[in-house]
Amino acid sequence: MNNLWGDSLSSFWSAWIIVVTLGTIALSVWILLSNRRTDKTPDADGNIETTGHAADGIEEYDNALPQWWFKLFILTVIFALGYLVLYPGLGNYAGILGWSQEGQWEEEVANAEERFTPIFAQYQEIPIPELAKDAEAMRVAERVFLNNCAVCHGSNAQGGYGFPNLTDDDWLYGGEPENIMTTLNNGRNGLMPAWQQLGENNIENLTQYVLSMSGEEHDADRAASGESTFLAACAACHTPSGTGNTALGAPNLTDDVWLYLAPGQSVADSVRQTLRNGRNGHMPAQAAYIGEERVHLVAAYVYSLRFND
Amino acid sequence: MKHEIVEKNVGLLAVLILVAISFGGLAEVVPLFFQKQTTEPVEGLKPLTALELEGRDIYRREGCVGCHSQMVRPFRAETERYGHYNVAGEQVYEHNFLWGSKRTGPDLARVGGRYSDDWHRAHLYNPRDVVPESVMPEYPWLFENTLDGESTPAKMRTLRQLGVPYTDEDIATATEDVRGTQEITALVAYLQQLGTVLEGTR
Repeated sequence: MNNLWGDSLSSFWSAWIIVVTLGTIALSVWILLSNRRTDKTPDADGNIETTGHAADGIEEYDNALPQWWFKLFILTVIFALGYLVLYPGLGNYAGILGWSQEGQWEEEVANAEERFTPIFAQYQEIPIPELAKDAEAMRVAERVFLNNCAVCHGSNAQGGYGFPNLTDDDWLYGGEPENIMTTLNNGRNGLMPAWQQLGENNIENLTQYVLSMSGEEHDADRAASGESTFLAACAACHTPSGTGNTALGAPNLTDDVWLYLAPGQSVADSVRQTLRNGRNGHMPAQAAYIGEERVHLVAAYVYSLRFND
Repeated sequence: MKHEIVEKNVGLLAVLILVAISFGGLAEVVPLFFQKQTTEPVEGLKPLTALELEGRDIYRREGCVGCHSQMVRPFRAETERYGHYNVAGEQVYEHNFLWGSKRTGPDLARVGGRYSDDWHRAHLYNPRDVVPESVMPEYPWLFENTLDGESTPAKMRTLRQLGVPYTDEDIATATEDVRGTQEITALVAYLQQLGTVLEGTR
């Protein structure tokens, strides 16, 4: 991935640029000087030679450029030449200062690293549960969270429709430090298959059975008929008792947390929709975006949310 | 040359004006046409698929470029937030460029993969469902409109004339690749590939 800024110019194009650039400056100076004139002095009768342009009896003087304007023009030429000596502008000539856009960026990044690396390195040494109690570290971590995670999980980390709430005790993939680190580093892909092929009657029975697990209002007869289907089709991921499996990201169905409950939707409708169409949850891997050190810090922040009331 | 001659011959005046204003372009633009850096794709760059191409046209139609740039500049503040700065080789298949010059919303040059497809769909349906403080407009019609793909092959043929290496097969299957697809799916497909060629260079 080297050489993103490209190779240097060929000598022809380098020379081309130098000639055009310096030629333009020379041409401007030539035009300025070759057209220079002095103010016309009145003759004995007080008449002044004009350009000859006349409109409604008004004539145009043919005087010199104002001195301040002329000198400013010369100054801009001097500035341009000085700039071209100091900075890159003439083909492959790099300029005395050796400045480049890429170099400036690298310097900025290096300065920032020098300043911030020790801070992050120090946090990296601290185990996540302990770091989560460090108020200063959590203030830094909150910024990283707000910049990178809040877009989906919300600035209060309470999630939304389809985006998990990080402040409760319900963890799809486990809430231990190592689970949170894995989620952040590698991302997660949740897959609930669609069960349309079971038929509407079975889907309704299953819905009532799922509602019964968390003590929601349900149709007891249908729930009873749904149990065998649940054990056959759903228990592999959600476990026979419906408490879910953090290794697969299969949610606990016995609590009152519903990830896909749209505002104003009933739990029953949400469950039906899930069974008919399936669900795809995707958490993008963050390590490539924010780096290992910030992942550690954000993991501690997510861990710390359990201490808030 | 007396300026009177120039002033009184409008044709000559026009020619001299053209000469005068061409110097900047001759020095700054023309050499780039012959630079590998600007004419050769970076490693791994592929032309947009038919679906992504249709998504790009929806991006243009809806005026996304009016509020979102696709140009990460080489400043730390930008590379920290958005990822690696843009390089010319990533843009050789872009006709026209969608760099933009206004950031009411964030830069999108490297938005690909940052968020899930579901997030993009929710966000485009109503941005405030996922970002309460957002001022972005809603685009619910993208969920109602579907693509017929009739003009997709023509678009790809035109791009091929401009140097984008579409194969005959790409063009032959383009219509069926996109026909019946929701516009939102095409737009999300376009967004999810933005800037992913240089992944991992941060």
